[in-house]
Amino acid sequence: MTDTTTLTETGAVEILDGRGWTRICDYAQLTPGRGVAALSAEGRQVAVFRDRSGAVYAVDNRDPFSGAYVLSRGILGSRAGVPTISSPMYQQVFDLRDGRCLDEETAPDGRPAVLRVWPVRIAPVTPR
Amino acid sequence: MTTEHRLRELVLVGHGMVGQRFLEAFTEQPGAAGWRITVLAEEPRAAYDRVHLTSWFSGTSAEELSLTPVGFLAEHGIDLRLSDPAVAIDRAARTVACASGTVLHYDALVLATGSYPFVPPVPGHDATGCHVYRTIEDVERIRAGAETDGTRIGVVVGGGLLGLEAAGALTALGLETHVVEFAPRLMAIQVDEGGGRLLRRKIEDLGVNVHTGAGTQAILTDEHGRVRAMRLSDGRELPADLVVFSAGVRPRDQLAQESGLPVGERGGIVVDERCRTRDPHVHAIGECALAVDGKVYGLVAPGYAMAETAARSIAGELLAEHRFTGADTSTKLKLLGVEVASFGDAHGTTEGAVDVLYSDSRSGVYKKLVIGGDGQLLGGVLVGDTESYGLLRPLAIGGKPLTTAPEQLVLPAGPAPASGPVALPDEAIVCSCHNVSKGEIRAAVADQGCATVPEVKKCTKAGTGCGSCVKLLGSIVAEELAAGGVTVDKGLCEHFGQTRSELYEVVQVAGITSFSELLDRYGRGGEGCELCKPAVASILAGLTGGHILDGEQGALQDTNDHFLANLQRNGSYSVVPRIPGGEITPQGLITIGEIARDHGLYTKITGGQRIDLFGATVDQLPHIWRRLVDAGFESGHAYGKSLRTVKSCVGQTWCRYGVQDSVGLAIELELRYRGLRSPHKIKAAVSGCARECAEAQGKDFGVIATSAGWNLYVGGNGGMTPRHADLLAADLDKETLLRTIDRFLMFYIRTAERLERTSVWLDRIEGGLEHLRQVVLEDSLGICAELDALMARHIARYQDEWAAVLADPDRLRRFTSFVNAPGAPDPTVTFVPERDQIRPARPDEDGRILAPALVAGPHLEVRSA
Repeated sequence: MTDTTTLTETGAVEILDGRGWTRICDYAQLTPGRGVAALSAEGRQVAVFRDRSGAVYAVDNRDPFSGAYVLSRGILGSRAGVPTISSPMYQQVFDLRDGRCLDEETAPDGRPAVLRVWPVRIAPVTPR
Repeated sequence: MTTEHRLRELVLVGHGMVGQRFLEAFTEQPGAAGWRITVLAEEPRAAYDRVHLTSWFSGTSAEELSLTPVGFLAEHGIDLRLSDPAVAIDRAARTVACASGTVLHYDALVLATGSYPFVPPVPGHDATGCHVYRTIEDVERIRAGAETDGTRIGVVVGGGLLGLEAAGALTALGLETHVVEFAPRLMAIQVDEGGGRLLRRKIEDLGVNVHTGAGTQAILTDEHGRVRAMRLSDGRELPADLVVFSAGVRPRDQLAQESGLPVGERGGIVVDERCRTRDPHVHAIGECALAVDGKVYGLVAPGYAMAETAARSIAGELLAEHRFTGADTSTKLKLLGVEVASFGDAHGTTEGAVDVLYSDSRSGVYKKLVIGGDGQLLGGVLVGDTESYGLLRPLAIGGKPLTTAPEQLVLPAGPAPASGPVALPDEAIVCSCHNVSKGEIRAAVADQGCATVPEVKKCTKAGTGCGSCVKLLGSIVAEELAAGGVTVDKGLCEHFGQTRSELYEVVQVAGITSFSELLDRYGRGGEGCELCKPAVASILAGLTGGHILDGEQGALQDTNDHFLANLQRNGSYSVVPRIPGGEITPQGLITIGEIARDHGLYTKITGGQRIDLFGATVDQLPHIWRRLVDAGFESGHAYGKSLRTVKSCVGQTWCRYGVQDSVGLAIELELRYRGLRSPHKIKAAVSGCARECAEAQGKDFGVIATSAGWNLYVGGNGGMTPRHADLLAADLDKETLLRTIDRFLMFYIRTAERLERTSVWLDRIEGGLEHLRQVVLEDSLGICAELDALMARHIARYQDEWAAVLADPDRLRRFTSFVNAPGAPDPTVTFVPERDQIRPARPDEDGRILAPALVAGPHLEVRSA
């Protein structure tokens, strides 16, 4: 999570993947309460969100319960103060800070229902 | 075979409500297996719910009225002989002779012959056009009579409970209706003079003409022997085309009397506390029996109690508490929409009794309580508002001194009454049909873990009889849950303490235009969630209009609304263009086919008479819709909690049986309500005749053509919990039909909870169908102008959501698979071929992605992922 108080709508959203900070989109392209899907430098699908307060989050786009790459199309929310994303497929809710599923511990394939989380930041746009 | 092993013979004469209840009670007895049971029934059908006979006129079928559970008779080896009444009893030989000539031996005989309608022996009482009101055959004949040409005026003789029910039926059949009552007031047995006056005014307000203090002297006939008028004792002649006698009933005790059993002076087979006649082998129960307290009980609850007593008596299981010594004759009912209740000593005949009276002619409420010398509640009469019946009746039966001032119990809105259900003693009987006390209900919650009213009903049977105690049951369950520390939060989710319907009111009254504003001003804080966001979006769409994807609202929608398409299991979407009423031109079909072919989509005909195109990725959606919109199609809202389709049969235009243009109406309705956001999806249908090929009675609203107009049904559902729709109004002209549906839908949208279909909503709302009818047809809440205006605005503001998206680059932006790689297809959405089309690839299959949308070809184009 990033402190956004000093940021402006002109920043760029970047995630830290294996090779460094990768630009996802302009901060202004993110709708509060909604997400977008993006490709990381290593070719992984990442779901990037912005909440009502302006904070941004980046987690795996794959929903472990359905196997479909759809989490970026879920609805952002909060549960007892924890920022969450609910899967549009079967509505399981995940903690956006650490990727843990708050409803079920294990996915149908037997693996822990935890999403990968990417560090995300809003960087000033540098003229190209 | 030795005597010990011989099956004993039990013969039951009469298969009415009480007879059936006897069978149920008897087969539950431990020794029941030692008996062979034969039932002799006069009517051509098994036991049915005579109490709700009037509902037959509003569309409840004979099958729905049936009280005999499927398989019950077979399970217990009961031999039910329909249309074969008993004609003679030989008590010495212990045999019963039937009309068919069969003679049956019995070890135990139970008479449950019920009663017959009393027809005063006036001249002309048997003329053509004279009816009684007791069986399904009777109501069939009344309807046939009312529908005969030239039948305009119906007269009911008798202003008691049944008479008023019959009057309601005649009014519903479209007759000018009169009630002639000999006593000086209506329902003389149940209500007092003041209550009767108010009741009369209310009944007259409904268009029924009431003549009290008037006796029937003669039925006058025309030259064909048909009823033409009735002469009253005051000399007046009342024109009449149809007469229904409902002047009370008499016990059917003839069979018993002829066999030498004693009967009462005014009828009724004399029985003891075991419900046994003078002959120990013969019992009598229900309306044909004269109980030890000298009364013949015409209500179903005492009949059921007698059935239980007789069953135990014959089975040898009778304990002292099962003896039948008399019963509570309290009643609560709704006649022609007027609520009437009377309980305990309603007429204040107890010595030293005093009245506490509340009467408000303006709002049409009359309440009288009878208070005993020690301050205990003895009984009362309630007209117009019977809300407190559930509380008052047990108090009256309990007979303990009141802890509250009696006037507090009748005043409409006094200070918070200290007399909730908590004030009821545990021994108070809450459900008198099944004799369930408050203590038993509390135990079901506290000890048996029941947490909802349905669970308590299942566990205790309370509330499953006449249903009048369900409301009280609900408060007792809630109280008990609260006492046990279980708090029931009715709020939508953790962000809102209000229900959806409460939020609707808040948005409307406070003029809220955004989710943030609502959450900040009326919520509990936080971000919102997948429960409240779409629900609020739907409310805002209905009250503020505008495109559902505009501004902050776009962020509230779930994925289907967000992409205006339906998410499928592999992350692809399906597309459903609107095909109003299921009518489509050949060219329209070809166009849809071409688009599906060019994009490689899977196609299937839906249950709602349209075509679903599957397999589109988000970036394909605008390309598919560009072509659909250009060809004149628009969004079908298959993705929305909104009107889906209005299904139709082909109707009068083509069908040999159709009586109206069902397709034309279906199209008009679908175009009128398209895009209307609601608490859940709405499905509708129009059938062109009573054959009902469009299955309109399984829809949220359904219309069935009649030769005189349209019948409107509401609250139907298919799916997991099917429900037949209820008839809301009959023979409407189109203008009235549209107005009524407008109001029904807007009232539903306003008051339903999140994801509550109309079927559940209609069963939940207080007053149910009758309340709905009053709101939308009689404007009882004074909100119809508002509902009409909201619908008019919806219709005026409608725009095709997809056309609006295509016209706006900003709205189109979201239709990309990857924000940082526009144009790149999603490699994870893959398909394999099946039956000449595509289907989603399973995880273990090597699927392929669809060709990019812009590469159009005549064949299914797939390339390696």
